[in-house]
Amino acid sequence: MAELPVRLTVNGETVEKTAEPRMTLADFLRERCGLTGTHLGCEHGACGACTLLVEGAAVRSCLMFAVQADGLDVTTVEGIAAPDGTLSPVQAAMRDCHGLQCGFCTPGFVMSITALLRDNPKPTDEEIREGLSGNFCRCTGYQGILAAVHQAAETA
Amino acid sequence: MTETATAPTPPTRYTGSRVPRVEDGRLLTGHGTFVDDIQRPGMLHACFVRSPFARALINEIDASAALALPGVHAVFTAADLNPDVHEQWYSSYGPKVPDTPRPPLASGEVRFVGDPVALVVAENRYIAEDAVELVEVDYEPLTAVADYRDAQTSGILVHPKYPNNVAGGLAGPPPQVVEAAFASAAHIADETFYQQAYAPVPMETRGMVVEWSADTDELTIWAATQTPHEVRAFGARLLGLEPERVRVLMRDTGGGFGQKVVPMREDMCVMLAARKVPAALKWIEDRRENLMAAGQARHEHGHARIAFAADGTILAAGIEHTQDIGAYPTPWPVGAAAAVGLLFPGPYKVPLASWSTTSLFSNTAGRHAYRGPWQFESVARELLLDIAARDMGLDPVELRRRNMISRDELPYPNPAGMPPYDHSSPLETFELALKMLDYDAFRAEQAAARAAGRYLGVGTSTYIEPTATGQEYYACEGAVLRVAPDGRMTVIVNGGSSGNSLETTVIQLTADALGVPFDNVDTIQGDTAVTPFGSGTAGSRSGSATAGAVGEAAAALRAKLAELASPRLGVPPEDIEVADGRAQVRGSGQSSGQSSGQSLTYADLAGPDGVEASATYTAKAPMLWSNATHVCTCEVDVVTGKVTLLRYIVGEDVGPMINPNIVEGQIAGGTVQGIGGALLEHMVYDEDGNPLASTFVDYLLPTTTEVPHIEYGHMETPAPGPGGHKGAGEGGAIGAPPAVINAVADALSPFGVKITNLPASPAALVALLTEAGH
Ligand code: FES
Ligand code: FES
Repeated sequence: MAELPVRLTVNGETVEKTAEPRMTLADFLRERCGLTGTHLGCEHGACGACTLLVEGAAVRSCLMFAVQADGLDVTTVEGIAAPDGTLSPVQAAMRDCHGLQCGFCTPGFVMSITALLRDNPKPTDEEIREGLSGNFCRCTGYQGILAAVHQAAETA
Repeated sequence: MTETATAPTPPTRYTGSRVPRVEDGRLLTGHGTFVDDIQRPGMLHACFVRSPFARALINEIDASAALALPGVHAVFTAADLNPDVHEQWYSSYGPKVPDTPRPPLASGEVRFVGDPVALVVAENRYIAEDAVELVEVDYEPLTAVADYRDAQTSGILVHPKYPNNVAGGLAGPPPQVVEAAFASAAHIADETFYQQAYAPVPMETRGMVVEWSADTDELTIWAATQTPHEVRAFGARLLGLEPERVRVLMRDTGGGFGQKVVPMREDMCVMLAARKVPAALKWIEDRRENLMAAGQARHEHGHARIAFAADGTILAAGIEHTQDIGAYPTPWPVGAAAAVGLLFPGPYKVPLASWSTTSLFSNTAGRHAYRGPWQFESVARELLLDIAARDMGLDPVELRRRNMISRDELPYPNPAGMPPYDHSSPLETFELALKMLDYDAFRAEQAAARAAGRYLGVGTSTYIEPTATGQEYYACEGAVLRVAPDGRMTVIVNGGSSGNSLETTVIQLTADALGVPFDNVDTIQGDTAVTPFGSGTAGSRSGSATAGAVGEAAAALRAKLAELASPRLGVPPEDIEVADGRAQVRGSGQSSGQSSGQSLTYADLAGPDGVEASATYTAKAPMLWSNATHVCTCEVDVVTGKVTLLRYIVGEDVGPMINPNIVEGQIAGGTVQGIGGALLEHMVYDEDGNPLASTFVDYLLPTTTEVPHIEYGHMETPAPGPGGHKGAGEGGAIGAPPAVINAVADALSPFGVKITNLPASPAALVALLTEAGH
């Protein structure tokens, strides 16, 4: 299948590559850009593991084609910590609250929580639960994750 | 809330504290290494052609169109791969058990929807998936055994060599042992409980990269696994290679919960095919395959009985258990089922028990291990106790109080054939959890709510579980401790952590064992070329087993350091104390970490080559008993059948905790998996054997909107194992389903509703309420 040029900004850097029209943004980032932090838990838009930010909005990258991101600004989990490696408040809270075990769902949660708190810096518990209901975690029972969102909201 | 049974162990610096995890930095920033992150030069991608029929003959496979597609390298069928199997058995059971069939690819007949029929290899996953569509398989559909409950009467055989589809069975004390007690009982509770199929569903599906190096006869496997050394041993046997020629690597595994404890048929195929292709071969399962073909657990029923005296004292108990093992269970399923019968009496004073278990094939996905594989004992017992209490007009809590074993009554015999219960605290965790709830206050609240037309309920579940088995294969764990020339320490263990926090755990243990700062210790795990043998993360064993291995390796290292210090301190080694990061003459009282005439740091002693010691720990106790009580409250909407969980309390005893965060994380994860099993998750098949829940739209996992806030109450009764630590990995998934179901049943008790079928989905509850005339 013919490949099309894709030019986008990923974590602040310009990326120019090609992709088949059917290649998902998730696969493009993982395989063409070497950014394997974006994980695939279902590839049908249900689990949220592949969540990243496109033009600032939380998006499931398994449901978007790379060519649809042409010209857009993408942030992945690799672009969340400070350049010196300092964890973002959300990442630090996840660590403090034991919000991750295997870590497979974690990038999706970091991205979803980052977007959630940016849009609603002081969410209620119900708003947090509602906002994260599209992200699945099979290890933590969500206890540490929910605690982390509260902590990140309080310290922000 | 924490209570300690006996005097606390001497103060240590890291064991027992909420040390942040060393795993988190890489995982939070997208720099973990999961199997799908592995790239190799020229790597090829595998994808399976799977059966669309539950049972059919394979007449012909035509791969010509697939092979003609540009980018396709090969299409393998059973004829290509199956004859290459050298030996196929799992270390935990050995080669001699009457194992069930397990061919790599289906040969002649497919036996469930998703049965792997052919393996396509292509230059990328997209092309491989295209090619799968082009492989033409001529099937002749046959009637299937879609439900194991029909297996013995259907006249259809899943495997021709197993009459009536019985894979095997085991029995403990026979029913005659309890008949007199039942005959004289004032009250008998007698029900048949059915539990639906559900599964581990790790967020990372299964996967493997296998690279064969023909020049050197070496096989390298990157795996999503809980047991790197077993993958190596199994792979070596499968291919007829020396284990030393097989190297298994894993860094991060995205959850396992039993599903990744041993290699399965697809893993066998990828290992076998890797020798036939010119580059590394990657297989990453997709979610549909995972839900359709990775396997199922929990699908079983049991006829359970308890005989009571007039005052509610238990006289005898019995269970006849039958489980679905699907078409291709992994590993041999018959032996493991004995635990259901052995543990059915649970943490109660039961004088007599009888049990039997039968394993039946069906044309569905194979049974495999899932966190607390025997948990049906708790489901059947705890549901039956609540039903019995209601029938006898007793509060379920009161009925349990009259029968539950307390710590000061231990050791207490198990009448079903287990060694006696010991070093645990069933009644104490029960009372702790009820106190945290304020049971009486809840009953008052419930009464007030009922008067207002709202239906609240409370349910409890108390279990005792054998952890960290001393059974031969699982008893072993090795550790290597190394001091670098600069004094920095490395602890090397097998690993197999799939979220179990084993890196943090062994660093805590090592730092304490040698009296060095946590930050001065690194760990290497998950590479069979450099790690000693260990049997992986299974059976709630890793905390205890690594504590044993690190403890013994640390003792050996201290002895070596004392030898090295002896000439320099001018005293014999036995007069030297190695602790707090230094070696010094016993009783000389130097301050930590400083060298002087009488004290040497580890760096002083390590020399340019460093110092290293290793040990293999073997568990001596047959098992370490962990126990817990789960208490759940809920509200049920009697119109929609929707269950809202209100409070969730776990009073538990895993002995002294190495890291309370990690223990609580394990409890929470297991509990929410159990909540999913009680209310949501269901691997449904239709009457033809088609799976109806092979996406996350149909297979419902618990999410943030369903889970309650979990409260923990800890008790710490030490076990006769390293550090007194007991296993914590599985209990949550055992205790949760009965607590939740009992809470729902309690809420609906005004309607006379009895729940004996799981899950308690909204539709199931509405049906029960309708049946009850509501
Ligand atoms: S992988 Fe995209 S939502 Fe699951
Ligand atoms: S931490 Fe394992 S799935 Fe969330």
